[in-house]
Amino acid sequence: MKRRSFLKYSGAAAAWAGFQFKGFSINPAPQLPFLQALAAGGNPNDRILVLIQLNGGNDGLNTFIPLDQYDKLANLRSNVLIPENSVLSLTGTIVNGLHPAMTHLRDMYNNGLVSVVQNVGYPNQDYSHFRSTDIWMSASDSDQLLETGWAGRYLQSQHPAFPDGYPNPDNPDPLAIQIGSFVSLALMGNTVPMGMAISDPTAYYEFVNDIVEPAPDTPYGDELEFIRLVAQQAQVYYQSIKGAADVGQNLSALYPASGENYLADQLRIVAQLISGGLKTPIYIVSLDGFDTHSDQVDGNFSTTEGIHAELLRKVSEAIGAFQDDLKLLGVDERVAGFTFSEFGRTIASNASLGTDHGAAAPLFAFGKNVIPGIIGDNPQIPDNPFASADLPMQHDFRSVYASALQDWFGIANPESILNYQFPILPIFKAASSGSTVLDTARVHVSNFPNPFHHATTFTFTTDGGRVSIDLLDMSGRVLQTIVEGTYPAGTHRVTFSRSDLRPGHYFYSIKVNGATVTKKLLVI
Amino acid sequence: MADLSISRRDFFHQFLPAEEGVRVERIAPEPADLTAAHFPESEFTLSGDLTPYSGPWGPEQAAHLLRRVTFGVKKSQLDQLVALGSAEAAVDFVLDVPQTPPAPPVNNYNNPQANPPYIDPAVPLGQAWVNAPYNLDFEGVRIESWRGWWLDRMLHSEANIQEKMTLFWHNHFATRTDAAFFGRFSYLYNATLRQHALGNFREFVKAVTLDPCMLVFLNGFLNSVAAPDENYARELQELFTVGKDSPVTYSEDDVVAAARVLTGWRINFANATTYFDPNAHDTGFKVFSGYYNNTVIQGSSNGEQELDALLAMIFQKEDVAKFICRKIYRFFLYYKIDATIETDIIEPLAQIFRDNNYEIRPVMAALLNSEHFFDAYNKGCFIKTPLDLVLGVLRNFNKEIPTPTPLDEYTLRLQINYFCGGMQLLPGDPPNVAGWQAFRQSPTYYRDWINADTMRNRNLLTDLLSFAVLAGNADLQLDHVAFAAQFPNPGDPNLLIDDTLRILLPMEVSAAKKQFLKSILLSNQSNDFYWTAAWLAYVANPGNQMAYQTVWFRLASMHKYIMNLAEYQLA
Repeated sequence: MKRRSFLKYSGAAAAWAGFQFKGFSINPAPQLPFLQALAAGGNPNDRILVLIQLNGGNDGLNTFIPLDQYDKLANLRSNVLIPENSVLSLTGTIVNGLHPAMTHLRDMYNNGLVSVVQNVGYPNQDYSHFRSTDIWMSASDSDQLLETGWAGRYLQSQHPAFPDGYPNPDNPDPLAIQIGSFVSLALMGNTVPMGMAISDPTAYYEFVNDIVEPAPDTPYGDELEFIRLVAQQAQVYYQSIKGAADVGQNLSALYPASGENYLADQLRIVAQLISGGLKTPIYIVSLDGFDTHSDQVDGNFSTTEGIHAELLRKVSEAIGAFQDDLKLLGVDERVAGFTFSEFGRTIASNASLGTDHGAAAPLFAFGKNVIPGIIGDNPQIPDNPFASADLPMQHDFRSVYASALQDWFGIANPESILNYQFPILPIFKAASSGSTVLDTARVHVSNFPNPFHHATTFTFTTDGGRVSIDLLDMSGRVLQTIVEGTYPAGTHRVTFSRSDLRPGHYFYSIKVNGATVTKKLLVI
Repeated sequence: MADLSISRRDFFHQFLPAEEGVRVERIAPEPADLTAAHFPESEFTLSGDLTPYSGPWGPEQAAHLLRRVTFGVKKSQLDQLVALGSAEAAVDFVLDVPQTPPAPPVNNYNNPQANPPYIDPAVPLGQAWVNAPYNLDFEGVRIESWRGWWLDRMLHSEANIQEKMTLFWHNHFATRTDAAFFGRFSYLYNATLRQHALGNFREFVKAVTLDPCMLVFLNGFLNSVAAPDENYARELQELFTVGKDSPVTYSEDDVVAAARVLTGWRINFANATTYFDPNAHDTGFKVFSGYYNNTVIQGSSNGEQELDALLAMIFQKEDVAKFICRKIYRFFLYYKIDATIETDIIEPLAQIFRDNNYEIRPVMAALLNSEHFFDAYNKGCFIKTPLDLVLGVLRNFNKEIPTPTPLDEYTLRLQINYFCGGMQLLPGDPPNVAGWQAFRQSPTYYRDWINADTMRNRNLLTDLLSFAVLAGNADLQLDHVAFAAQFPNPGDPNLLIDDTLRILLPMEVSAAKKQFLKSILLSNQSNDFYWTAAWLAYVANPGNQMAYQTVWFRLASMHKYIMNLAEYQLA
């Protein structure tokens, strides 16, 4: 029977079958209390980035108002302009202010929790919502077609084999979660999306909130309910997400009532999942409605009210409550976020009390470990622009991504993800500079062989100082100390003999360079 | 059910790819936390009776018919059936299956790049291998070539019932490829199923009884006066004809007597024919029980005459017609048969079967053209088999299996077959002679297809086909834009979603769900015109990659979402 050998020759395409069967027949990782404790204790390298998409193109000039340009703006957009005395002032600047609806964000700014990046956009603006959104999501040039997303490429670089073999004990949780919608292009990896949408039909949003659309009282409805139940179970990440949602909580009193602020509802779930120990590094949330061609402001009332004011109030209130929650939950060291929108809007307003598709706009980054302040200059408003003129870009949006990749996630070469080198902006405190943020990337430890029968050799690198390696059982108890002492800077090897250790799964925990890393060990 | 001397599992394992982890058959499925068995039995059964359907005829009805008689709706075939104007005409149409046998499978498995080269010495590339002599080294690939050929026929089935009916009879007269391990026999067996699929059931049973594949599978070719083998005689009654649904049924003595009638049939392996060896035949009297009115079959040296007498006796029993009608019902409509269905559907259908001298087509016509079949209450309750799902995706999107080279064709078909096998349905290899559990195992039936593992693979498949750009398989990606372009108003998001759902889902979904689907097309913008503009931009300049990707990604996302819905698992 030559069939077996024949199949081997049949080449690359066999990967298809192998991929399907091997990768996805793996059982969900066991939820060991010990592993959860490790997660909850906060592996300090587990930094999380929350992307807040403002759908439709946000009017930056009415959001982060350049007060030194006020007179020119008054000429060009008087019917939507915020009265100067209503603009919220900010500590440390007299030329910038916030829309009066953004009191929470004002408070965060004044408390050093916000970084504003001015005039973010890209060369050769494409004014289509769809195309411009795709450019932002894929981090492409204006005229370049990329079929993967920037966050997807980052995650794929960290998890080259995904989805084959995922989830697994080292990666029990989704690599990215998009709340409230389908998975956007930003998360597209080489073959499949790297993240999950939790309002997917098999839906974490529904799990988390226990909403199930009723099925009709027919044989169809009967079978539908059955499949839905099994589908929930089948979700590879169901256990980890449900588990995190079950033990996670929200502590902030600042969240508005559920249903009043869709963005706050989404961020509340993010905080809940983070507090529940989910190790997912990227979340995407979104708020729609920024395409304010008309009635951006309330014509009968005041330019401080209307659709745009309501949207900005929601953004400000949601981020404020989320940040408050993160602090109360004790996870604010690890979480940062930023807003983005596919484009800004025209300098001049139109006759319908609105603004049209523009180009650059400001972007807000927030979190305990952002470097507070304003990056860049106020836009210079021309005296007599043509009707549809918009703001030129000062910062390529990919500079923001590069900064997040390098400083927030500790990627040495963001250009490998973004295809070009972009200037790194001082938005995020680098992983190594934060006082309690430890650099496990600098902990190099391995052991060989693993699994082992007689003995295994640990190899570790230190900058010099105390090093300890403990052997732990599956419940996290220290069985013995393998290494304990002061080592000079350099790479060291220590061989460990098994002696009377029974076959089975163990962990070892190494403390070096002020960081702790725990890895698995198998004795056979 | 006596088994073969060699365990089928062991036998199959030895020629499975060692590393790829492909499993042909799940002997003992991993238990899911929630198995169908734990799901409460509901009281829902279908409603209506066999009165010819007289309601409206349109896309909804035609799509329902196509979902049940093919492996998935194609828009062109939907239009074809709608244009026929009535259910009666459409049912006639789907039952008019081609009489000419399809061209046989060919050598698409030669691999000169292999080391050592893998070249069938008896069959040139591209030539039919079905008359080639047995060659152990090549039977494995010939069987896979045949299985792939069959898969391709199912994928390409016209708007008629031929392929579904063939699979139905494969499930009914089940055999496995590993019994004879002879590709030629598998092909001939399949040809027998095709030839009789809508013909006369009594002639069908006779043909299957003498089919070489079946003779090997159930040991008929070893059955002799000196060493009678009851295997086929038992299944002939228990699984193929009278069944064991009735409290009064055949006896063990009837199995023995039938086995004696069936002694003496032998196979000429060289020319793949069956012949009768009088020396191996039991020439004594065969006496049957009261169930068969104490029939006595005279001993003789004429095996065929005795077989005819045996079948004549069996076909006297009304149980035959009822048993077959129940199986048809469970395969094409729904698995639940309660007292009402038995009285209103099964019994009158069985009467039609008997009144028509066991012709199959009138039974199918009566069932498919009934009020019962088209009742709105009865739609959408068929859980797709793995074939309905996998081939259904490809059919919905008018997707061919790409065949740049014969070997690619062979390999891709093989992979798809084994993907279905991983989800518990490998055509050609049902778990045993009783066929697949989902069509017989009370109370779970169809629900046996669905567990945590298979659901994962079902969703993964549609995700992969929606997006995957796997090296070497890129051509399997669904053409989302062409799918939308086949509708009359793809630029109108509301009409596009309605047209899309009519192809992809068996039932209407809520307005809220449609609204959500539209939000995908609109990237969460609120103005329908943005989609329209994006579509028009693409149509105005179809070669522009930007314009193409703009509509492609949104359509792909929406299609993936729809196919992730539990509703997509239903037909």
